[in-house]
Amino acid sequence: MRKVMAVASGGGHWVELRRIMPAFAGTDVFYVSTEAAADADLAPARYYAVTNVTRKSHFAFAHTIREIWRIVRAERPEVVVTTGAAPGFVAVVLAKLLCRSRTVWIDTVAHTEGMTLSGRLARPFADAWLVQWPHLARPGGPEYWGAVL
Amino acid sequence: MIFVTIGSMFPFDRMIRAMDAWVLAEGQGEEVLAQIGAGDYEPRHMEWVRKLDRPAYGAAIRRSRLVVAHAGVGSIVTAGENGRPIVVLPRRAHLGEHTSDHQVETVGWLREKPWVHVADDEAALPGRIAAAIAASAAGERMGRTADPAFIDRIRRFIAG
Repeated sequence: MRKVMAVASGGGHWVELRRIMPAFAGTDVFYVSTEAAADADLAPARYYAVTNVTRKSHFAFAHTIREIWRIVRAERPEVVVTTGAAPGFVAVVLAKLLCRSRTVWIDTVAHTEGMTLSGRLARPFADAWLVQWPHLARPGGPEYWGAVL
Repeated sequence: MIFVTIGSMFPFDRMIRAMDAWVLAEGQGEEVLAQIGAGDYEPRHMEWVRKLDRPAYGAAIRRSRLVVAHAGVGSIVTAGENGRPIVVLPRRAHLGEHTSDHQVETVGWLREKPWVHVADDEAALPGRIAAAIAASAAGERMGRTADPAFIDRIRRFIAG
């Protein structure tokens, strides 16, 4: 059974991740997000809460990197799937570097005129680098596989 | 209730005028609330506000049975997540309604979603509103999960 790390920050990114949860059926999936408690329907999947980060708080960001580092080292995911934003970026980078995980970056559907900053930074670490709007896909650039809508 | 929203402060008088005319012609007896932003046109036949804060915006969507909006992703996603059908009218750059015609691209792709009803221009609004109300009565809602083809593609990537 493939071990999958599914990660997203709370709010809209998490809502988007939840909408692709059927893709994790039949895998050993665990979830990482910024809400203290897991959604009631996630069990029996494991859930890890990490500190919420904003670009403004460097201290919190360092803390989140440490938290995700520990999770990645303990779980050693084979695949990482994220809908962003900052925690997803950290997870994709660390899992790629520490475990050579295969990684999927799904940029948020809320951005229609370009990729998010996290999405652009994630490119070198993402095996599948996806946008959710057909007009944002480019040959040799981000791909469009579909959308959470 | 029908909730009309232009999605931001950037005016969209063409839609607000058309909806005001719709209420007069066809929407009598229907409660209609419009969020009109910085538009010059002040509706005469429907209730209106300039701007709603986020909780009030969410409450208006949940109280509505139909959303009529500019073709902005925020409006479309919020309506969909709350299970409300939406009629969208894309803003057009040549009418000064936006800086580009990206909302036309947005609706090109959303046209196939059964809960999104695209009015290409204001003349098409009444017909699309009627179609949206009929489809909603028939139970068309945004599904609880993503597009199945997208989920399948991710599943195949995971399987490797």
